Amino acid sequence: MLAQISAAFLAVDGYFPDDWPDWSIPYWLMSILRVVGGLVAVLLPAGGIVYLFLFKMMSFMQSRLGPMEAGPYGSMQLLAEVGKWMQKEDLAPDNADVRIYRMAPLIVLVSTFLLIVVVPFGPRAFFTNFETGIFYALAVGSVSVLGILIAGWSSANKYSLLGGLRAGGQLIAYELPMVLATLGVVIQAESMNLNRIIEVQNTGEIFGIGWIGNPFIITQFVGFLIFMIAVQAELTQAPFDMPIAESELVSGYMTEYSGFRFLIFFIAEFATAGVFSFIAAALFLGGWGVPFEWFGWDNLGEVAWWMNLVGPVIMFTKMFALVGVIMWVRFSYPRFREDQLQTFAWKVLIPLALANTAVTAILKVLL
Amino acid sequence: MIGTLLAQAGDADVNVAMNVGFGIIATVMIFAAFSVVTTKNVVHAALYLVLVLAGVAAQYILAAAEFVAVSQVMVYIGAVMVLFLFGIMLTRAQIGTEDGLNNNGWQLGIPVGLVLCGLLAYVIVDTFEDDVIGERSPAPTELLSDRILSPFLVPFIAVSFVLLAAAIGAIVLARKD
Repeated sequence: MLAQISAAFLAVDGYFPDDWPDWSIPYWLMSILRVVGGLVAVLLPAGGIVYLFLFKMMSFMQSRLGPMEAGPYGSMQLLAEVGKWMQKEDLAPDNADVRIYRMAPLIVLVSTFLLIVVVPFGPRAFFTNFETGIFYALAVGSVSVLGILIAGWSSANKYSLLGGLRAGGQLIAYELPMVLATLGVVIQAESMNLNRIIEVQNTGEIFGIGWIGNPFIITQFVGFLIFMIAVQAELTQAPFDMPIAESELVSGYMTEYSGFRFLIFFIAEFATAGVFSFIAAALFLGGWGVPFEWFGWDNLGEVAWWMNLVGPVIMFTKMFALVGVIMWVRFSYPRFREDQLQTFAWKVLIPLALANTAVTAILKVLL
Repeated sequence: MIGTLLAQAGDADVNVAMNVGFGIIATVMIFAAFSVVTTKNVVHAALYLVLVLAGVAAQYILAAAEFVAVSQVMVYIGAVMVLFLFGIMLTRAQIGTEDGLNNNGWQLGIPVGLVLCGLLAYVIVDTFEDDVIGERSPAPTELLSDRILSPFLVPFIAVSFVLLAAAIGAIVLARKD
């Protein structure tokens, strides 16, 4: 059964190394398993993040216990919350543009689900091995802005519109440093394919020493910092949460939403945090891999089949570590002012990212 | 067209699913394109335009042009359309229908559209004639970058200068001081 489930991630082209177990399953079953795998890979992190960080870590940082009643240590609180939201009425304001108003949260959630498609969880454990993987992720990640903008507009509410516009301006500004920060990684790995980027990191050497591989967090540390700051802003987590600044805008573009549509926004926020952390782990922390030297593998083709089962565990661990940092920053820092936010993106992050790209490119040619 | 499609279906080179996919996406795109110019709400028009541009990206994917498809999503949906909506919402964006959205010379657009359509159709038919383009794997991105950065380097740089000039011009026009 375990083999069958992990086979869900395997590619359709029917290529299996000889020493792997025979996992050939029909195409329709593979498609179903892939959909289930995608749901798990998006919703499990979302739930885990909300419980671990939003409920528990934040509470401990504020010297309180957090939810304790539902289930042991409040672990069933999530189900209770989801149940509560599902029961609420699906309201729309009188003047709202109802069709678009109802569509907006779905656009945001769909863009999250489209993101997970290119994230590899093992040598053969991926949904699709997209040649332009990281570029695709950056492009699809920017689609959620559309959902947020029209959510703000269609609510027929000043606060919503302002929140939507703030979100639009912020996401455009921070998308650039994010793209530029990944450029350094792409230059170093000579590929945009995420599995290839992971392979390069795990077969790499630092001054001839290969036992930790060459995770790009070391050589691309500036890129990593810029990427994580940009992710923080793209997710509109504090200190970049002006779009939903509760003291000024009630709840920004989400003000009018209730019931399961609010729930969708909420899930999308934390699911996207998970998926972006998956991508950051693949780009900078060596992804699903362990340094290939440990087991004497030379390239992706030689990696043992059990990495398809261990890989997802490694990915989830790295993802939770990165989300932990995002949430830690979120709970620690006060909100920026709107002009500080824009200045920071355009005058600090983008020049820095450009310089990082230029230096990486020069070193790549010289070395 | 359906007749030719079915006639070729026996031929192993023709991917029927791909052709059906092309038809469905093209229908959606044509519907959305007409809605862009007929709808009575500016934001709805912009959203229909998103649908058209997403359809173009989907067609690129079907044609095994991954990189171009992703660029299409990134540039047009992620940046241009977001700026469109941003601009519309900052200036005038009523909820509900609005009159007087049509330009006075809108009829002129019809012949222009027909000429463009004919020109593109002629170029495509002239280039490929009745070649059957079978299944192919996506072109590697290296190939694309090698083409752009060696034989087409000069036009590429020229185009980037034009874009830069346009960007600077926009700022100069927008700034009063």
